[in-house]
Amino acid sequence: MIRTLFCTTAMVLALAGCSGSDSDLDQTGANPDLPGQDETLVPPMKIATPTGWNGETPVVPDGFAVTAMATDLKIPRQILVLPNGDILVAEGSGGHAPKLRPKDFIAGVIKAKGKTSVKGGDRITLLRDANGDGQPEVRSTFIDNLDAPYGMAFVDGALYVAEQGALLRFPYQDGQTRITAPRQELTELPSAINHHWTKSLTASADGLTLYVGIGSNSNVGERGMAVEENRAVIWAIDRETGAHRTFVTGIRNPTALAIEPNTSALWAVVNERDELGPQLVPDYLTSVQEGAFYGWPYSYWGQNTDPRVHPQKPDLVQTAIKPDYALGSHVAALGLSFARDGGFGGRFSQGAFIGEHGSWNRQDLAGYKVVWVPFAGGRPAGPPVDFLTGFIKDGEARGRPVGVTFDPQRRILLVADDLSNTVWRIAPRP
Amino acid sequence: MHAASAFRAKIEPLRGILMAFPIALFTSAVVSDIAYLQSAQMQWSNFSAWLIVGALVFGGLAGLWAIVDLALAWRGPTRNAALIHLAALALAWIFGLINAFKHSQDAWSSVGAFGLTLSILSAVLALVAGWFAYSTTTVREIA
Repeated sequence: MIRTLFCTTAMVLALAGCSGSDSDLDQTGANPDLPGQDETLVPPMKIATPTGWNGETPVVPDGFAVTAMATDLKIPRQILVLPNGDILVAEGSGGHAPKLRPKDFIAGVIKAKGKTSVKGGDRITLLRDANGDGQPEVRSTFIDNLDAPYGMAFVDGALYVAEQGALLRFPYQDGQTRITAPRQELTELPSAINHHWTKSLTASADGLTLYVGIGSNSNVGERGMAVEENRAVIWAIDRETGAHRTFVTGIRNPTALAIEPNTSALWAVVNERDELGPQLVPDYLTSVQEGAFYGWPYSYWGQNTDPRVHPQKPDLVQTAIKPDYALGSHVAALGLSFARDGGFGGRFSQGAFIGEHGSWNRQDLAGYKVVWVPFAGGRPAGPPVDFLTGFIKDGEARGRPVGVTFDPQRRILLVADDLSNTVWRIAPRP
Repeated sequence: MHAASAFRAKIEPLRGILMAFPIALFTSAVVSDIAYLQSAQMQWSNFSAWLIVGALVFGGLAGLWAIVDLALAWRGPTRNAALIHLAALALAWIFGLINAFKHSQDAWSSVGAFGLTLSILSAVLALVAGWFAYSTTTVREIA
């Protein structure tokens, strides 16, 4: 009897391993291969154990060099380059979702294994590298006492910071290394529960509108749909008045927003749902079309309905549009930055850099790198290319990329790594 | 052996207390599963998830008791009752464990026909286990 009991336990736990990935599936580009849904009693899980860089660095393409521009940060997430070349790094960690089920306790312990033990800084750090040698001469706390800052934008002499519960404006004078003026709250952002807490931010090309990405409050509605009011949306906020309108809906977790420089269109990277199998659902890069419904939670990649939502809404699902470009399942895209003014030249002239934090919901690790998606005429034009790799070594994670920012003035790419608490600087080799 | 039996008889009420949990919690989970399937209110499914975990914890302790009990009763007249008690409880526990994982799936997948079936099986088996637990006592006292 006891033996049966143990065998069954082992069998139940082993079910996680039963759903492997099919490497023949191409899950990138405009038409990703979507396998059938594969819900298992235990989702397939693999968390890469953190380990140190030990003096090594990530791997760059030929002709490039990478250096650590800043270390010992406190969970760096997103990066903004000011007009004078100063670099701002938003540091912090948010969310206050209560644990409702036994699962929430267990999943919290498991996911924590892949994260840094450092506490989030709740601040913005300034790095000044005036001579451009990659070694900042000045490092200062630019703004502190923030509440999980994430998205940043600079428009018309003011810095905008999206905390987990508010969009703030800070007046700025050129050359400042610390903001002393009091914060102005432009608008409150939805923050109850904050299962997905990151508030991504970018400004429209004309600077009149600020776009804020607001993630869902659950994987797929398991906290009830009442808490999803004003979630899984992108808001368009009037920069002067702070008045907001809902720009798009059903966009599960829009973790980074950016303006494509040739067309001035708004683009986003979005993290899709978990626990439908190791190869569902692909995270994506998409142009954001006003008024569009991207399916969450009722459907994914257009009209593929998710059986976990009840009651279903077939009429709404009919209106769901397909995203533009799949990045792969569970890669956790958290960073997006377009090359500008010719980028790095050559094959890295026109396109987008995307930071992929890395997977938990599949046995074969996916993401954990920065990829390049080439563009032509303002649209993706070709498969993604690995740009910065080496975050995984021997199955262990040395780093996990989050925000990426291309600086056209210095022709460098900056990558925030929230596991090793580093900002990496990638530049063409002289 | 006699000393062991005497000690066992002395702490017999503890077994009753332990068995109360899987019986009450597994049966309650059937009710909250039905409430969830009727209402689609997540809180009912969350209740079920906790009820099942509680039943597993205390049902597991009652199961350890049942193993010792069976060993002590092996050569006595109550062996069959002890055996049925342990078997029913073990099956209730195994179905409950599978059901705990089922209830960890998200939203509407957290219950479904499979989850409700497992809840009913665990509840019925826990009731059977309880019935035979106390039948054992009765038989022994008469004997």
